Formats: sequence, structure tokens, C-alpha cells
Amino acid sequence: MNPQQQAQSAAASTERSGDPAITFAGYDTEGFYDEVFQDNGRPRSDAELLVWKINSLKGGELLRRQRAIEQSLLRMGITFNVYGDEQGTERIWPFDIIPRIVPSDEWLTIESGLKQRIQALNMFIHDIYHDQEIIKDNILPEAVLANAKAYRAECHGIDPPRKIWCHVTGTDLVRNSDGQIYVLEDNLRCPSVVSYVLQNRFLMKRSFPQIFEASNVMPVDDYHSRLLEMLQHLAPDGVSDPTVVVLTPGMYNSAYYEHSFLAQQMGVQLVEGRDLAVKDGFLYMRTTRGFERVDVIYRRIDDDFIDPQVFRSDSMLGVPGLMDVYRRGRVALANAPGTGVADDKVIYAYVPEIIRYYLDEEIILPNVETYVCYDEEQRNYVLANLDKLVVKAANESGGYGMLVGPHATDDERKKFAGLIRDNPRNYIAQPTLSLSRVPTIVGDHFEGRHVDLRPYILYGEEIYVLPGGLTRVALRKGSLVVNSSQGGGSKDTWVIAQP
Amino acid sequence: MLSRVADSIYWMSRFVERIENLARLHEVTRNLQLDMPDEATDVWQPIVNITGDHEYFAKKYGVATEDSVFEFLTFDSEYPNSILSCISSARENARSVRETISSEMWEHLNDVYFTVHRASKDPSVKENPSDFFEQVKMASHLFKGITDATMSHGEGWHFSRVGRLLERADKTSRILDVKYYILLPSVQDVGTPADSLQWSALLRSVSGFEMYRKRFHGLTPRRVIQFLVLDRDFPRAINHCVIAANESLHKISGSDATSFCNSAEQRMGQLRSELAYILVDDIVNKGLHEFLDRLQSKLNSIGDSIYETFITMRPVDDVALVR
Repeated sequence: MNPQQQAQSAAASTERSGDPAITFAGYDTEGFYDEVFQDNGRPRSDAELLVWKINSLKGGELLRRQRAIEQSLLRMGITFNVYGDEQGTERIWPFDIIPRIVPSDEWLTIESGLKQRIQALNMFIHDIYHDQEIIKDNILPEAVLANAKAYRAECHGIDPPRKIWCHVTGTDLVRNSDGQIYVLEDNLRCPSVVSYVLQNRFLMKRSFPQIFEASNVMPVDDYHSRLLEMLQHLAPDGVSDPTVVVLTPGMYNSAYYEHSFLAQQMGVQLVEGRDLAVKDGFLYMRTTRGFERVDVIYRRIDDDFIDPQVFRSDSMLGVPGLMDVYRRGRVALANAPGTGVADDKVIYAYVPEIIRYYLDEEIILPNVETYVCYDEEQRNYVLANLDKLVVKAANESGGYGMLVGPHATDDERKKFAGLIRDNPRNYIAQPTLSLSRVPTIVGDHFEGRHVDLRPYILYGEEIYVLPGGLTRVALRKGSLVVNSSQGGGSKDTWVIAQP
Repeated sequence: MLSRVADSIYWMSRFVERIENLARLHEVTRNLQLDMPDEATDVWQPIVNITGDHEYFAKKYGVATEDSVFEFLTFDSEYPNSILSCISSARENARSVRETISSEMWEHLNDVYFTVHRASKDPSVKENPSDFFEQVKMASHLFKGITDATMSHGEGWHFSRVGRLLERADKTSRILDVKYYILLPSVQDVGTPADSLQWSALLRSVSGFEMYRKRFHGLTPRRVIQFLVLDRDFPRAINHCVIAANESLHKISGSDATSFCNSAEQRMGQLRSELAYILVDDIVNKGLHEFLDRLQSKLNSIGDSIYETFITMRPVDDVALVR
């Protein structure tokens, strides 16, 4: 649908009257863990007010509010481009008005689990780019590191400011049918979509002001202040009022909206590689008055593209010489180059050991059980159980390079068996999870749809977890794939404050 | 301010001003046609000539008619200076500086973009384009109002003002030129009621009729020219635009208004003093069309100097470092 049609249909629907009210009457959890309703069909205690309010809305009112939010998203230009479409079709990322609600005690566990995880992963990354003690102590096999695609030998020996590597992380969490919350992925490289968390909340507050007031939802609005403070914390020694910039690949990048939004909210310049230049060992940006020094870069460009002299020489997005300035400690980069190594799904399998090794603690938020095909015994188990498992390539994200065994054809399973045998290091497998669900508007009624949760963690002077995060929802019936490129949408996430 | 950002703000603002003036140009031509004593007079080809893109037009549309010129100036997505193309360009420039302009400015431009796109698919717009052109003009006024009321009047705002005023000065000169082109074949009409009707139509097209009346009362070609070229106070008069744009250039550089510190200020200052001291009789006696032609190339060269001075990507070694 093109934006014009969307705008028209949204406008038309606001004028419809006499629509039946959408209520939770007859809503069925179908045996899945539901984030809003208990198994007995009663709302969970933190959701009672929301359920009551929605059940009491006039006919057509809920849809009207949903459409008003969609209309605002289009108007604010919170859209992504559909590639290969000459009409320049823009779409909004589907949004569903029913939030996910996270009880306060559960949030405390999530928060402490994420802090623990990020602290340990940061120590791990620092270690593997220095003395590699975790390998010397036989916790992590050397071969795993040697074959990690995102390991950057160029970063060896670098001491990033304050020894922080993973400044911004968007960890993906899922709840399985057992009710337990698991960490699915870490996403330590420029995770995106935090802007949706903030904008979804802004629009939801406008739609349901009374519920917000009564529900004691924790605010997310100070994310950009926290982000700016974290970035300022990284300033080179002796710089008291650092110049912070956001580095974007440009306006044709699918996350461009977010880059400009964060720069705007922090009140800093949004720069492209062509705005920057290196001279005499320092980094400068081109302004109307000449060149001005830059101290801290929140970069939204992958490692491979940030400096053609060090990484991919064909990159037009980066800044020649940037890594040299960085190495000399004259500019800070967030996240630090090389951080992506900990996103490797084989290394993910070692996180419980990593936490034990560096912190001498047991993991708080468990990993999903993971079979590493690199290990012969585990590989054999995977090959014998392909119809039950989800197989993932170690270095892909966004739902690509994946086999969902129970839903795959024989041919697809055979293909993956071959891929695993050819390159066992590159694959892991996990049991198929039954993700929890949240009621979602489908036509004129509610149906449960599977969700995950991506909270955001900032590592500056201290580790901060944004209370909430992006709830991604698989809008297709029965689907477990929440990625925006594959039929996913988003919801607001309400973390309830401690009473 | 980043050079790239200054450039985008300047062009964002120019393109918005351009759509407003395209609407005005089209309206004045329709009005002139309605008032023409001789129905055979071709009013549409002169409009095409004024754009300077007559070759493109001839190739794509052939004969200039009301319909073909409407299509060309309004919804031709292949022609970079149609209203549709200009609002797209304005929006793309705004998108690239969303973090610098206010959200209100961006959201308004985004709205206008969707409005123009919807209109381009609505056959009733062509039947009676006046309402649409009115909408376009108001969208431009609103954009300027939002800009003034929500963006700090610092460097970025001044770049936006320079862009808008240079564009407006250029377009006022072209709208004035319409009269020259259309009148040329019928010199005997000068001073007739038809002539007077045309001058008032022209004034109305730049929202200048009422203000002109207050200033001069009686309608004569010389006074109309004096009003639209040399008036200091009327906001669409060329002299007013140049005075205000000159002021903004000095705010950007911080230099003394009586001197210059870059080529943009130097060229702007020259034009500013020419307009301050020239008499309307000099313009008319030497030929209005020739005067306007030279004026347009001076405005172009000021635009070039702004690019050279503030925007162009010089190698890092050439330039002094600020900090």
C-alpha cells in the first residue's frame, strides 16, 4: 500500500461510526503463555486496568486510536523505504496498540541479569583483544575465536576510553512456555529501533493518558539524556566539553530516521563520513566556518565501513584515518570496533562460562539451551534431531541463515545438514521455543501473537537498563519470526514501577 | 554548522519558495488570458520560455496549451522544477537535516508532500486548479511561519532565509517578465483598459495589488515596475529581498554590514547598492527585459558564491582549523 492510500484509509476509518467494540470477550490464550491473561482467562494483576479500560471503550474507539497512531507515524515520517520501488513507497512499521506489561519484580530480575551479562561481556571483549586469558585458562577454545567472523585483529591491544567496549546493547529476550525468560541474542553492534520505543510511548501516552496515570508505568523519556551522558563520559582526557556527533551512513539507510531522531533529541550534529576529515592526528568536521574538532562518535556504521584505510577499502561511508585517531585516544567510538565478536552465536553459547570466569557468579538470565555443531557429540545430536531444532548460522542476524526444523521441508533440512557438515563451526542449534503471546488486533477482534522483548542497555559511568524496550510481535498467525523485514510489528512495553 | 547541513537548509527553503511561485506564475497567466482582448494571443508559450526549459517542453509536450503547461509546471515528475518535483526535493533536503530543523517544520513539509501527491492523482484538480494553487501558497506561508516560530534565529535560520529570498527575488523578476513577453506583440494596447487589467492581475499574482494601491494609488507601468523591483518594504519586491538576504549573509559571517569578507557578501553588496541607487526610468529606458535578465544572472552568481564560500568540500589542508 502506498503512503497516500494509507493516509486516506486511515482518515476514512476515523469517520466510520457504529463499528462493533473490540473487547476481550471470548479471547482465548489457546494454551500459550500470555503476557496479559492468566491461564484461567483472568487478566494478570498489572493488566486489570488496561483490560477494563479497553472493554469499556465505545464501538470503533479502539480502532480509531490505533489508526490515529498509524497516521501520526506516517506524518512524523517514521517510515522505512521499500527497496526497488521507483514510486519511493514508504511504509510505517506496523504498530499494535495493546502493550506488553512487565511486572516490577520480574523487571528487577531482567535488569540485574542484563547488567551482569553486559559487565561480563565487556570484560570478555577487553580480554580477547589483550592477553586472552580466557583462552589460556581453557575456558574458550582458541579455534572458536580464530574462526569468529567479527573478530577484528586490527583492534588488538587497543584500550578504548574507560575500557568500555559495548556502550549500547539491545539484548533480545524471549519467554518460553515454561514461563522463564531467556536471552536469545546479545546484539552488541549498533542495535537499532530504540527510537520506536520512545515514539511508541509518546503516541500511547497521547492515546491512553488516564491508564498511564493509574498504572504506574516507568518512564522511558530520559533515554537520550542517558545516552548523551554516556557518550560525554567517553571524552578524551583533558576535554571538558566534548563535541559529540552521531555518524550515519546517510538518509537512504533504513535506520536513518533513528539516527536523526537521536541526534536531534541529544542536540548534537548528525554527520556523514564525507563531513569528517583527519588532520594531524585529530578528527574534524567540515562546518561553514572551517574545520571543528570532534571528540566522541556514536557511530551507526558497521566496523567494516568506518575506515577504508583499515577495514574495507571500498567503503565510501567512513573516514580514512579514523582508526589511527581512535588508537591514539583522541576520539572515542561507541560502540568500540571489534565488539561484534561477542555476537557470534558460538561465543553466545559460552556466556554462562564467561560470567562465571570473569565475575565468579552464576548467570541470572539463562541462555536458551544451545548445541554447538563444532563439538562432534553435539553435532551428531543436532543432525539426528533437525526436525525438532532451530539451526542458526553463527554470524547472521535478522532471521536470516536460519532453519526452523519443525516447519521446514525435507529438502531444506537436507540442505542444512550438508551446510553443518561442511562448516560445523558456523552453526548452532536450539530447541524450538514456544514464545509467549500478547493480544493483538486482528481485523475486528483480538488474537494472541508471539512476541519477544529488546531492552536497551547503556554502559557509561555505570550500567543503565532502559525500563521497557521494544516488544516485537510476529503479526502472522502462528509465526515466531518477529523481524521487521519478515512480517513483524511492534508494541509498547510497560514496566510497572515498584509499589 | 556543518556545511552539508547549511546547504540542505538553504535548498529546502528555496524549493518551498519555488513551489509557491510556480503556483503564482500559473495563476497570473490564467488571469491574463481571461483578460486578454484578443483571444488569439498565446499566453502559454511565454511561460514555458520564462522557465528556460523550452527545449524539454517542446520535446515532451509539443504545443503549449493551458493543459500541457499545467501538467509541465505542476505534476510532471520527470521535470525537476515542477511543483511535484520541488516539494519532493524540499522534503528530501528537510529529511537530511531533521535533527537541525524543528519537528514541526519537518512534519509540515511531509504533510504538504502527501497533499501534492494526492492532488497529482486527482483529476478534479486540473478542472479547477485555483484551489490547489491557493493551497500550495498557503503551505509555503505556513512553512515560513513555522520556521520563524520554532527554529532559533541562528545560522541555520539565516541560511534558510537567504535561500528563500534569493528564490523569491528571482521569481518576482520572472513573473514581471511574463508581462513583457505577452505584451510584446501588441504594443498598441499600452495604456488601454486591457493593459491596466493586466498590470493589476500581475500585482495580484504576487499579492501586491492592495499594497501597491496604498503606496501609489494610480496604476502605471513605471510605478508597478518601481514597486516590484525597487520597493524596500513590500516583501516580494526584489529590492526588499536583496536587502534582507544581505542582512542574513552578514549575520552568518558576523562581518560589518558596510564591508564584505567573502565573495557572496561582495556580490550581494554590489547588487544591493545598484538597487538602492538606480531609478525606475533607467530600467525602463534601457529595457526592462534586459534589466531582469542581468538581474537573474547576478542572483545566480550570488548563489554560486554562497556555495563556494560555505559549502564546497575543500581538502582539509587548505583551511584553518577552528579548534
